[in-house]
Amino acid sequence: MAEVLDLGPAIGPNIAFLGERIDCRIHVKDLYADLERHAREEALDRFPEFVATALGAYGAESVDAVLCWDIFDYLTAPAADVLAPALIQALRPGGALLALFGGGRTSESSYTRYVIEDEGHLRYRVAPAACGRQRLLQNRDILALFTGLTLFDSVLLKSGVREVVFRKPEEL
Amino acid sequence: MKQESVSIGKSIVIKGEVTGSEDLTIEGQVEGKIELREHILSIGPTGRVQAHVSAKAIIVHGQVTGNLTAAEKVDIRENGAVDGDITAPRVAIADGAKFRGSVDMRHDSATLSDRSSKGRKVETLTPISTNGEPANV
Repeated sequence: MAEVLDLGPAIGPNIAFLGERIDCRIHVKDLYADLERHAREEALDRFPEFVATALGAYGAESVDAVLCWDIFDYLTAPAADVLAPALIQALRPGGALLALFGGGRTSESSYTRYVIEDEGHLRYRVAPAACGRQRLLQNRDILALFTGLTLFDSVLLKSGVREVVFRKPEEL
Repeated sequence: MKQESVSIGKSIVIKGEVTGSEDLTIEGQVEGKIELREHILSIGPTGRVQAHVSAKAIIVHGQVTGNLTAAEKVDIRENGAVDGDITAPRVAIADGAKFRGSVDMRHDSATLSDRSSKGRKVETLTPISTNGEPANV
């Protein structure tokens, strides 16, 4: 059974899609909730350390896919620099990582909840947030962040969101 | 024929193992282990459970810390919260519910990586408003 790490909140349709239709075991690690808690406690400077500990629970090459959604838009550079290598390490060779970038203005105080509608469509809805988007990553920043992975697919959506899928090479 | 059901009230605290052959609603606190293999367990809004739970179906309105195993379905309702791993053929998580852990729906094995490399097609990102209806950008 494939193992999927979902960094977003538990969303019923996503769980149903991944579990019932794709036959995956889903690990929900809601980093948005953790980020929100750190923002409310004015402790965002400690978030990189938290990420390192939280992602350390997943062993090396233990998951087949990671759903990052747009979490990287909300992270400071130090936090992103901790999270990305941790995810790369957790991915099995051949595994895939999905991330979305540039879904809104920086300092925008809302999270986007992505809902898998079916194989061809995502929907999103907005939720209030204490932590705004931190930065707008350019293509070169995204590629640098995931050094070691291979760019598998990149789509610029009508909304301006860049959807990127990386794969981990069978042998690094 | 009316289904029997019993309730553990708000003021009740149980530490240990709970087993039974009728549906059960927990409004109080249970710590330990709960087994209702042929019946439905409901954890009410005031229910607080720290236990490994096995039941035919599990409905969560309150808070659960521990692993949930259901023969039919786990249903986490709007204000429900689960911190633990779920094993069940069907899992429903309502908007507003909180869940942290893993979900195993026990289907035949398949790899996402195999599937994602074939026929993957995300054509559009359709926004919806907070009431779930399509919205314009």
